[in-house]
Amino acid sequence: MLHALVAESWLTFHWSDFLSNFWNATFDGLTFGAIYALVALGYTLVYGVLNLINFAHSEVFIAGAYAVIFTLSGLGFGPSPPTLSPIAIIGDLLVALLAGALTSAIVALLVERIAYKPLRARNAPRLVFLITAIGMSFVIQYAFFLWRGAVAEPSVTMYQDKAIFIVFGSTIYLSQLIIVGAAVLMMVGIDQLIRRTRIGRGIRAVAQDPDTATLMGVNRERIIMTTFVIGGALAGAAALFYVMKVPQGVIYNGGFILGIKAFTAAVLGGIGNIRGALLGGLLLGMIGNYGAYLLGDAQWIDVVSFIVLVLVLMVRPDGILGSNLGKVRA
Amino acid sequence: MALLEINDLTVHYGRIQALHGISITVEEGEIVSLIGANGAGKTTTMRAIAGLLGSSGGSITFEGNDITKMKGHTRVAHGISLTPEGRGIFPAMTVVENLDMGAYARKKDPKAYAEDLERVFGLFPRLKERAKQLGGTMSGGEQQMLAIGRALMARPRVLLLDEPSMGLAPQFIRQIFAIIEEVNKQGTTVLLVEQNANQALKRADRAYILETGAITREGTGAELAADPAVKAAYLGAD
Repeated sequence: MLHALVAESWLTFHWSDFLSNFWNATFDGLTFGAIYALVALGYTLVYGVLNLINFAHSEVFIAGAYAVIFTLSGLGFGPSPPTLSPIAIIGDLLVALLAGALTSAIVALLVERIAYKPLRARNAPRLVFLITAIGMSFVIQYAFFLWRGAVAEPSVTMYQDKAIFIVFGSTIYLSQLIIVGAAVLMMVGIDQLIRRTRIGRGIRAVAQDPDTATLMGVNRERIIMTTFVIGGALAGAAALFYVMKVPQGVIYNGGFILGIKAFTAAVLGGIGNIRGALLGGLLLGMIGNYGAYLLGDAQWIDVVSFIVLVLVLMVRPDGILGSNLGKVRA
Repeated sequence: MALLEINDLTVHYGRIQALHGISITVEEGEIVSLIGANGAGKTTTMRAIAGLLGSSGGSITFEGNDITKMKGHTRVAHGISLTPEGRGIFPAMTVVENLDMGAYARKKDPKAYAEDLERVFGLFPRLKERAKQLGGTMSGGEQQMLAIGRALMARPRVLLLDEPSMGLAPQFIRQIFAIIEEVNKQGTTVLLVEQNANQALKRADRAYILETGAITREGTGAELAADPAVKAAYLGAD
């Protein structure tokens, strides 16, 4: 049976391709992984304080991507690389980053206020939250569909990508350095924010024991809003890197697959765990790419990613690092 | 003027009434005990005072101000600190981080914070030894010390303690009650809820008996401890 399937040759293993492209796959996987990780943080933070998978987070992300692409085309960017000085380009990219982060943060906050807060006030069961989350995801998706239609936005090129140096025979591109560097910087920033600041203590307290957090003087509603804003802003930042990497990918349902992959990354690292989101994102990015090279087609990336999700849920539902924001009641 | 005055308070869970109009007064400097069996409404009373539960009637007055409708998270800054039933330790925070949370509502003041931390470590040397340990990995008695220490970090005017002896070994129970007396001597008013009536009456200036959501008896700790009905119901073997 297995022999027959393989003989049909729809599933063939390209070991030599895989090995010769291993480092290439690794570095490019890390780049996509950094994007997954930034989006994964939004899932994981909200899960921490509300025990809710915010399925509308994928649309929070795509709203940021629209903002990024509108901002860049407004600034004069088009399909061919701009003829601006590097400083001017960096300035424009920062503006786009802010636009994306701000838009996603606002959308995330609106979703929280419109969809989830009224349910909390009514003490709704958890299933109702989950269905509402999926509903909000569709509402936003089809709002974009009605507005922009079923076509992707015209792509923009932010700069002429170029090779910077070569590692293990694999070329490292400027875009890879920018994306991984910026994403890791943001991750470290968030990690420190959660660990060291007063807001971070409030978030951890609400995640571990909401009632006791209230007794300590933590304003739970404000912490929840803050969490949505932080998660949204990170998704909006990720949107800039996504547009950098996949300029033709801004379409009404473009957040869907990426959102599920980011969710997979969060589960892989341990949902509720900040560092887990980083680890899960980077790993998932690499695993997907290895699958694509091994099986000979980029279409396999999604298949491999979701097999990973199923396996993690079956074998180790707490993820690699576990949910150490502390779900356990003492 | 009493420090804390609860007047004809009623609380409902949906359509079920848990408190049927209870009135409790706590004077500045007192230890007041609230004794009752499981399900009598002790925890409900405490959660209503701390603002975790809304009330359906009656009033709560603190330092002369009506706080019945005040939001829960703002009450600690006014001087009401509850150590909840089950202790409510943040399991993934260290001992020091848990204590930090106690000072969350206060203005940042490193000097006052350091003093309070010293005071808590003075009362509970065990916490100093375990400063870096995660709250969730401590024993029940240590967690209770941490919960009380954390509540003190807020510099409360009134300390509400919900069953501090629950699930503890006898030597820990005596130690916890001794500390409660010490804290009271240092100037903090205490409202204590207990099933362990023996200790709670012995240490209390005054006490109330709560039965199925209503106050059935009140008096000084000694009076109630000598009351035959109280003896029969709450002071069996101890």
